[in-house]
Amino acid sequence: MDFGFLDQLWVARVPLLKGLGVSISISLLSIVVGTVLGVFVGLALTYGYRPVKWLVRGYTDFIRGTPVLVLVLASYYVLSTVGIDLGPFQAGILALAVFCSSHVGELVRGALQSIPKGQTEAAKAIGLTFPQTFAYVLGPQALRQALPAWVNTAAEMVKASTLLSIIGVGELLLRTQEVISRTFMSLEFYFFAGFLYFVINYGIERFGRYVERKTAVPS
Amino acid sequence: MTYSLNFAAVWRSFDLLLQGLALSLGLAIVAILAGCVIGLVTAFGLVSKSSVLRKPAGLYVTIIRNTPILVLVLFSYFALPELGVRLGKIESFVLTLAIYSGAYLAEVFRGGLIAVPPGQREAGLAIGLTEMQIRTSIIIPLMLRNVLPSLGSTMISLFKDTSLAAAIAVPELTFEARKINVETFRVIETWIVASCLYVATCSLLAALMRAVERRLAVPR
Repeated sequence: MDFGFLDQLWVARVPLLKGLGVSISISLLSIVVGTVLGVFVGLALTYGYRPVKWLVRGYTDFIRGTPVLVLVLASYYVLSTVGIDLGPFQAGILALAVFCSSHVGELVRGALQSIPKGQTEAAKAIGLTFPQTFAYVLGPQALRQALPAWVNTAAEMVKASTLLSIIGVGELLLRTQEVISRTFMSLEFYFFAGFLYFVINYGIERFGRYVERKTAVPS
Repeated sequence: MTYSLNFAAVWRSFDLLLQGLALSLGLAIVAILAGCVIGLVTAFGLVSKSSVLRKPAGLYVTIIRNTPILVLVLFSYFALPELGVRLGKIESFVLTLAIYSGAYLAEVFRGGLIAVPPGQREAGLAIGLTEMQIRTSIIIPLMLRNVLPSLGSTMISLFKDTSLAAAIAVPELTFEARKINVETFRVIETWIVASCLYVATCSLLAALMRAVERRLAVPR
């Protein structure tokens, strides 16, 4: 890397920063939508009536068995075919949110199932209704269980946001590729993009560790 | 919405999809084998007492796990030639996938190694085995049994990651599906069939791993 790279980096600063902004919005949006969806999926997997449970199990298994890239491509091409006109950005967010929801769903199910039965029984014994039991007894404990893994999922989503470059969303990786096609400095700019992603994900990972320590049951 | 499903065009190209699937599986198998070797060596580094081994192993795992795999794929195909490393599409992808899975497997194996009771090593020493013999004939087999479930899920997610090879035009399943999609315009059908192929293969792999787990379970 010589002085030329820094020059080119300065020239390309605006598209790259915009790309980074798009990457961050993709990640945030898909995490938020995916988490909301995922909580419902998790609840249905744990407490749903049998047909509902089967339906949701089929959904999660199907999504988890399909590569994210296939979800992204399918969402982009299929939705426009059936007349739902979403841009690549919206279609991509939808695909990532669906992917996120299956992960969060399993996470929520695991967390809820790991709470000892005695907790529900105790709540019943003191006369709590199910919504109350959930709000005061099960929910908080499940949250403690699920939070560290959820932070990991967030890092997964940042990494998965790169896949939207394939359907032409101008996020960091696509902007990087565009800069490379102009400057031919593939080594430097891929390295730079990789470094930015690393910094973001490493930050999230450290935050996850911190959350894990903070929420650990004191022994 | 006047789209009516018609799978005929996709069935006509079904052998292309199957070829793609075979290549996907091939990529995954080669990558996981190489990844297991890398992961095993790295895992011994991670649990080593000497920081000269521990630090680089930890650095490798941290860097790879926090970088998107698509960036790694593009980097090794487009940027490595600038360093004088010229690889074909398939070679560069398999290499990337092996290095990527190696980092995940290292964490998996590390957990497994820690879970092997120290008494096993001591017993090996007591009957006069060398450190290397203890590793290959006692610790690694015991560790493998510990980690089978996570090894299985890493394998499955690795198989799904082969779809990224489409980004550098390796003719695996996703790439073929995309081609058929463009040629026939049977958009929904193509993606339904392609996803079903992935889901079916993943379920098959999961069932296979469960069978292996049952077979190797500690009898009680």
